[in-house]
Amino acid sequence: MLKVENLTKVYKVGTFGGRTLKAVDAVSFEVPQGEVVSLIGESGSGKSTIGKMILGLIPMTSGTITVDGVPVRAGREYYRTVQGVFQDPFSCYNPVFKADRVFQLIKDSYYPSVSDKEWAERVHVAIEDVRLNPREVLGKFPHQLSGGQLQRLLIARALLLDLKLLIADEITSMLDASTRIDVLNLLAELKTRGLSVLYVTHDLSLGHYLAERTVVLRSGTIVEMGLTHKVFDGPLHPYTRQLLSSVPRLHAPWEDAAAVETCLYHERGGKGGLYEAEPGHFVACAQLDDCQGEPS
Amino acid sequence: MTTTTPTALPTEERVVRREALYFAVRNPKLVIGFSIVFVFAVIGLLGPVLLDVDSPNEYVAMPMLPPSSEHWFGTTTQGQDVFTQFVYGVRTTFLAGAIGGGIAAVIAMAIGFTAGYRGGLVDEALNMLTNIVLVIPTLAVLLIINAYLGIRSVGMQALLIGLTSWPWAARAIRAQTFSLRSRDFVDLARLSGVGTPRIIAREIAPNMSSYLFMTFILLFGSSVLIAASLDFIGLGPTEGVSLGLMLQNATQWSALQLGLWWWFVPPGAAITAVVGALYVANVGLDEVFNPKLRET
Amino acid sequence: MSLRVSDLRVHYRTLRGDVKALDGVSFAMDDGEILGLAGESGCGKTTLGKSLIRMDGRMRHIGGSVELDGRELPIGDDRAMNGFRFHEISLIPQYSMSAMNPTRRIGKMINELLRSRGVTLDREELERRIAQVGLPVEVLGRYPIELSGGQKQRVVMVISTLLDPALLIADEITSALDVSTQKAVAKALLDFRDRGYVKSMIFITHDLALTAHIADTIMVMYAGKLAEKAPTEELIKAPKHPYTKLLINSLPEIGVRFEERKLEGIPGSPPSLLRPPQGCRFRDRCPLASEQCVEEPPATEVEPNHYVACWKAA
Repeated sequence: MLKVENLTKVYKVGTFGGRTLKAVDAVSFEVPQGEVVSLIGESGSGKSTIGKMILGLIPMTSGTITVDGVPVRAGREYYRTVQGVFQDPFSCYNPVFKADRVFQLIKDSYYPSVSDKEWAERVHVAIEDVRLNPREVLGKFPHQLSGGQLQRLLIARALLLDLKLLIADEITSMLDASTRIDVLNLLAELKTRGLSVLYVTHDLSLGHYLAERTVVLRSGTIVEMGLTHKVFDGPLHPYTRQLLSSVPRLHAPWEDAAAVETCLYHERGGKGGLYEAEPGHFVACAQLDDCQGEPS
Repeated sequence: MTTTTPTALPTEERVVRREALYFAVRNPKLVIGFSIVFVFAVIGLLGPVLLDVDSPNEYVAMPMLPPSSEHWFGTTTQGQDVFTQFVYGVRTTFLAGAIGGGIAAVIAMAIGFTAGYRGGLVDEALNMLTNIVLVIPTLAVLLIINAYLGIRSVGMQALLIGLTSWPWAARAIRAQTFSLRSRDFVDLARLSGVGTPRIIAREIAPNMSSYLFMTFILLFGSSVLIAASLDFIGLGPTEGVSLGLMLQNATQWSALQLGLWWWFVPPGAAITAVVGALYVANVGLDEVFNPKLRET
Repeated sequence: MSLRVSDLRVHYRTLRGDVKALDGVSFAMDDGEILGLAGESGCGKTTLGKSLIRMDGRMRHIGGSVELDGRELPIGDDRAMNGFRFHEISLIPQYSMSAMNPTRRIGKMINELLRSRGVTLDREELERRIAQVGLPVEVLGRYPIELSGGQKQRVVMVISTLLDPALLIADEITSALDVSTQKAVAKALLDFRDRGYVKSMIFITHDLALTAHIADTIMVMYAGKLAEKAPTEELIKAPKHPYTKLLINSLPEIGVRFEERKLEGIPGSPPSLLRPPQGCRFRDRCPLASEQCVEEPPATEVEPNHYVACWKAA
């Protein structure tokens, strides 16, 4: 479905781009059809940059992104099948307009010939699809709706198109615990319709709840990826282990991160890329970077 | 969709508008400022119609008459009616403000929106242009242009003022656009297949309508001032009459030394009142639009 | 008894009327206790934290009292509170990045801050504490911009506790941090308490799992009122308030997967505090609600130190 190969983003910083900053460095992964893949990373890992590049919102420096084998060309036709939902629901709505304007924009661009009456019906169906009551959410301003309602409306908006791939960038991090899980369940249900979802998050437990596959990013490179249960049950990279040990768990005390051992794959030719430790479980060479240092 | 029918204005929208109005009518700065401007605008608009004279520069009476019931503001050393000149002068002043301020606002918006939205090289180029125009001593340039080309009409003068007084406004609009464009709703509009001009006009501009309005008010005020200064130093339009020209004539004919106070006080007071009232109203508007400044 | 809050009511003034953000909250804290204050946005937890140290212009103290070590705090009086701030009660704000003057070196800024409070700086003590939170002493010679978010957060922690306040309020201090940094900051907080730099602490967060690692007691708030307060272990393992139960059940933990165990959220949303409903405020979303809930349930001590405001819990 989605295939990302050697994706790189170099930012030019300073006046006239005097210095460069590598935000994403040769990242390759795939999102198969009907699956949720979570892209996990801390701040500065480049996870959101990757999401934005797939959506064509920021240009990539090099690499290829293909959807169903076709290279990405950002534009009206591409957005018919690939859509995004972002972190801050309140920032996604223009505060001076009513929230349901997001549906009108879709109609104006993609379905100008559909009658208003039929469109209203489609909107109703989409809103009910995301378990909202159309009467409660239509005709209101963004500030009159809750974050959970706004995020669900954005998913409903994407469902009005011929959606194949949804990039969900931290879409639950600003929601309260009691409503967050409903939005997550909604994402998980999308895959039963054959949709693919790239779920970008910093929260390991949410990624684990949702995704078939997990990609762990650090400073713009992939350190480990594979089937979710393999990555979480048998993390191989010291960074993944350290992340996992830092997650506060409700019913278990914090454990200390396992001591960093010398890299198992360094001598086996893993340098520079990913090493397939077991079928479907890839890990980067630990000695390539400074993961032995204390987190700051 | 219900939102597309403007007749069904939901209560909340009215509440928001009423809220702005609520503070507007209770803000003394705004009410006083706009009242003064309104009074002068009515004088400039209706005065010449009601007076019914061929030209304000006609010689109608004995020279140097003090104010009387016949000649409300007295007469000049040539026997022109000061009140007639004043009324026409107010009209010219508003014309200079509207045309000069309008042209400057249009240029400022075009450059500010483009630079702020596009960013990158376009921004740097436009920024450089803005900075160049900003540091050019406007008055000196106008002096040179006026001296060499000669300016006949008020419109020409206003055009030149408009062409030189936009830079600070462009910078302000650019900064606002820059911060708005990073908001997610702009990305969402792009994901809805909306083109750049529409995004600027329909998504970004409505968010800063109050800001644009205030910018125009300030540009209007400064155009009035620049026009008056040019007139005063003898580089005003050679046709017609303006408050600045009245002041210049008064100085030229030694009105101060001769004690003809009625010749120079009205135009001077009117310029001060209009520009001062605009600035006071601007502060009031700021308080109305910016909830943080509202005194509760 | 270090802190005793009785029937505290704080409202926010808005154009449309008073928002009853804090509507009659009572609790007490012991010396050395860390109280985790949890709840969703708008439940009043931040308002409670703010009322104990500095009310902003829109907040009004309507009723109730706060006693710290036997002395009543003049919380409605901004000037009178000055004597208590920093010395007796201290706050670590959520965005420590904006709490520091970007144009001053950190050491110099601390010096100026202390002088403005009429205290001379004990440089040795400062350096010792900087080292304790795992930072090199050199950070004192740096500008705030040179530090990462987690480092700044720890510097602010050290500054806030330099005068060994009786009560420290930490408001969402970890929510902007990465998980690994979060852990380090949380451990440093525990360390501060163990070394006696602060007597007691209120740790405000929306993250129940994180609170469980730090707090001795957890207080769950809902719509401006106390829902449940109990020792951490008890609250996590045997919650009694239906809201706490549903909240805990909605948390995905590592090990839970959508396919195996689908979690459920809490339907509905919290009531408007402009005109809060009569009776129990959780009534509309509560699966156990009955006629009885039209009357407001008082917070009762159902087991030692376990307070619940629910008719069904007793």
